[in-house]
Amino acid sequence: MTAPAITGEQLLASLPPSPAVWCSGLRKRYGRRTAVDDVSFTVGRGEVLGLLGPNGAGKTSVIKMLLGLVRPDAGEVLLLGRRATDPRSRSAVGYLPELFRYQPWLTAAEVLALHVRLARADVPAAEQREVLGLVGLADRAGDRVGGFSKGMQQRLGLGVALVARPELVVLDEPTSALDPIGRVDVRDLVLTLKSRGVAVLLNSHLIGEVERVCDRVVILDQGRVAAQGTLAELLGQREVRLRLAGVDGRAEARLRAAGALSRSGDWFTVQLAADDDGVTVPDLVRDLAGLGVRVHAVEPARISLEERLLAVLRHEEVPA
Amino acid sequence: MTALALAGLTLREAMRRRVVWALLVLTVVLLALSGWGFSKLIGLDTELGTMTSGEARLVASLLLNLIMFGFSLIAAIGTAFLAGPTLAGEVESGQALALLARPVRRSSVLLGKWLGLAAFGAGYVVLAGLAQILVVRGVVGYWPPAPATGLALLAAETIVLLTLALLLSSVVSTMASGIVAVGLFGATWVAGVVGGLGAALGNEGVERVGTVSKILLPTDGLWRGAMNAFQDPGALLQMGTGEQGFPFLADAPLTGAYLAWTVVWVAVIWGLTALSFSRRDV
Repeated sequence: MTAPAITGEQLLASLPPSPAVWCSGLRKRYGRRTAVDDVSFTVGRGEVLGLLGPNGAGKTSVIKMLLGLVRPDAGEVLLLGRRATDPRSRSAVGYLPELFRYQPWLTAAEVLALHVRLARADVPAAEQREVLGLVGLADRAGDRVGGFSKGMQQRLGLGVALVARPELVVLDEPTSALDPIGRVDVRDLVLTLKSRGVAVLLNSHLIGEVERVCDRVVILDQGRVAAQGTLAELLGQREVRLRLAGVDGRAEARLRAAGALSRSGDWFTVQLAADDDGVTVPDLVRDLAGLGVRVHAVEPARISLEERLLAVLRHEEVPA
Repeated sequence: MTALALAGLTLREAMRRRVVWALLVLTVVLLALSGWGFSKLIGLDTELGTMTSGEARLVASLLLNLIMFGFSLIAAIGTAFLAGPTLAGEVESGQALALLARPVRRSSVLLGKWLGLAAFGAGYVVLAGLAQILVVRGVVGYWPPAPATGLALLAAETIVLLTLALLLSSVVSTMASGIVAVGLFGATWVAGVVGGLGAALGNEGVERVGTVSKILLPTDGLWRGAMNAFQDPGALLQMGTGEQGFPFLADAPLTGAYLAWTVVWVAVIWGLTALSFSRRDV
């Protein structure tokens, strides 16, 4: 008896799934200006990746190259395991462009139906209506898009990105036209997608939102990747703020021994090492008390993504 | 599949944007006016007395060609101005972004738009032209020798112009593409008339202007073929050889070679458009 031969299909199925996005060495010039220069990164399946950077950093150009809308001068892109030059690579990709405009003579429901058809997806009408409800347009399904406000068009764009059961969703500034409630809705949507295992590539200026929903961040500056990593890697540094009275030279030396020290009035800020084992702060407080320092307050603090982003863009390396 | 979806979308756009209704009103007005004009023609008295039947057929041929020219002009301008926004406009507004990020080939998108516009433009000239032929038959009893050929050539003329407008709209802005397409259409027609005059006067250099322009843009050649199919065979004899350069009568039917060239022309222009569109950054 011979063991049943493993078919090619079974072999493929046993391999780990290819990343949702893989790009390497992307480069694009517009005339003399280099918009994107040697950009490489990966978005894993079910991962939420934030793309950050100042205006003109090349974020939208990178997104357009991933989706085959702009031809890169160099570099390669794989979407869900297929080369981006093959239109089928976009079969399970949803996209909300930064510039969102949909056929004004169609109704919201017709726009979704058109995209379902173009994606060759088999999504019943009821499910399409559900998506419209999800983005807050349930009662505008039969209205022409021409009469929609900017915010409603952006909501429709979100619906278009979500309607064809995507495995990867690319959102380019998804909250630019939305009110505060809309922004919260988008955050919840991204978290829902993440919980369903859908990969998300999010380009947003709202760093707070990115920090809340993203697993990893890529920071672009002048067309290049200035930094990338998980939030823990990028925001590894922590600090502790203490309000102290009666600090003498010995106490200050003890504070410096714990980490880089800065002082503002009676507030002292100590930078902690990324690999801090959790005993530095209790030990510090015990020793300070032993030195006769009165400890009024101890507040742990974390470097925010915003501070980290600014440090990267201004080329000031925050001491680790 | 993609092409059919987009062809349907293009037709739906024409319906929803009220292009169809505007054209319908314009066409009905034109048909009514021409019916009234032809009915006056029957009772027309000249100083030499009532027209002979030959003269009446000549005048009917001339007027039918004149009105058909009007229809082909409406269809040409209509499709050229619909074709412009279709590529350039959608790229400029951002509408193309969400569409082209779907698993579609750009050439399929282009084919869909082209099919939709061709169905619209060709459908319009065939229906309006047929209605006009029926009006003329009802009023003066004139029936052109080859109405189906004539209408098909009018439709082909529209398709040629819209193919050119699509190419232009993939390289220049929306407005410019419509204006340039219609301008070239008019220039070719004028060159054809000039060429006809050259032939009548026996001036080869001037005649060549018409020949070259007919090859560069086949709209005028097709139009002359259509006129030949609509006009009474005796009309030219009636006019006499001195009137050879007259712009609303054609002296010969189209050759097979010219029709083949038109097909090649459309295919080449379409291919250039597909190439330019597929390389374009949106």
